[in-house]
Amino acid sequence: MNKKEANSSPFYQFIAGARDTFPLIVGAIPFGIIFGSLAATAGLSFAATIGMSLFVFAGSSQFISISLLAAGTAWPMIILTTFVVNLRHILYGAAMVPFYRNLSQPWKVVLAFGLTDETFAVAVNSYYQKDGAPNKHYYNLGSMIFMYTNWNLCTLIGLIAGKAFPEIAGWGLDFAMPATFIAMVIPYLVSKPMWFAVVTSGIVSILAGGMPHKLGLMAAAISGVAAGIVSEMFLSRSVFKMASIDKTSDEQNMEAAE
Amino acid sequence: MNIQTDEIFMLAGMAAVTFGIRYIMLPISGRFNFSPMFERALKYVPPAVLSAIIVPSVLMPDGDTLNLNLDNPYIIGAVAACIVGWFYKNLLLTIVVSMLIFLGYQWIL
Repeated sequence: MNKKEANSSPFYQFIAGARDTFPLIVGAIPFGIIFGSLAATAGLSFAATIGMSLFVFAGSSQFISISLLAAGTAWPMIILTTFVVNLRHILYGAAMVPFYRNLSQPWKVVLAFGLTDETFAVAVNSYYQKDGAPNKHYYNLGSMIFMYTNWNLCTLIGLIAGKAFPEIAGWGLDFAMPATFIAMVIPYLVSKPMWFAVVTSGIVSILAGGMPHKLGLMAAAISGVAAGIVSEMFLSRSVFKMASIDKTSDEQNMEAAE
Repeated sequence: MNIQTDEIFMLAGMAAVTFGIRYIMLPISGRFNFSPMFERALKYVPPAVLSAIIVPSVLMPDGDTLNLNLDNPYIIGAVAACIVGWFYKNLLLTIVVSMLIFLGYQWIL
């Protein structure tokens, strides 16, 4: 088996997906543990805490749901808030459409279930690499299974640790989420439109922070995407940028020639 | 502590909406192509969504009020993450170093 065949085997792709997700797992560990430990304090039963990580599998909305629960919010309101907080994932689904197109139904269901922020970011990166490697859905699956196993394990550890050391909730382990997400955003900052997208989204997220039910998040994300695409169109029209477009098409020609 | 009926409703609802949101775009996937413009726009989705989560969680740690003071360890940690991330381009290093700086700073306060 030559190197190229080995690199595109389902097993290799699966392992590569898990490997590339590892740094994000490190960030998800404290996040999962703190979720488990806070859930009991918020009044969620042991079984429901485990069940939430098993069946919902969406970190930030799980956090928000337990804080709402602690504040005595009724369950229909919690479901509605979950809907709004996770609405951003509709954009993830849309981004995956071209890559999941030829997959079977069970594959689509499984990969859609696992479309967390982390797995989406890792998998989409691999799909965007035009190396022509097949079996990238196994890469996606490897990332997802690793995230899922870790998330559920950490929830369990947090539940147990939260009972033994209730003060764990005050340690500020929740900083793990922004820390991980910052590390994930930085590699994107390679072009001016990306900077516009990120800065706009950040500013709008604060300005729209007062919107009810976390709708500000969606407003900020959409503004950021709009700023990115508008600045991309604007910059690509200027003469200065023409040189880099020629360079890009040369690079594409080179890739085609290979 | 047994699971309550209300908790089952809540879990079922949360699971259904979360999966529904992640899945809904896929069934249409075989039927038409997105415009190239839309596909280009989708590139900006991950960084835009992540920033929209990062910025409020760092600048408004209590969820409501802007805290731009130096007694906000989230800002110190986030600045550390940006610096390490920018210069080393290493996910693991960025997460670990900024967590340590955050926890250390919080401990000093």
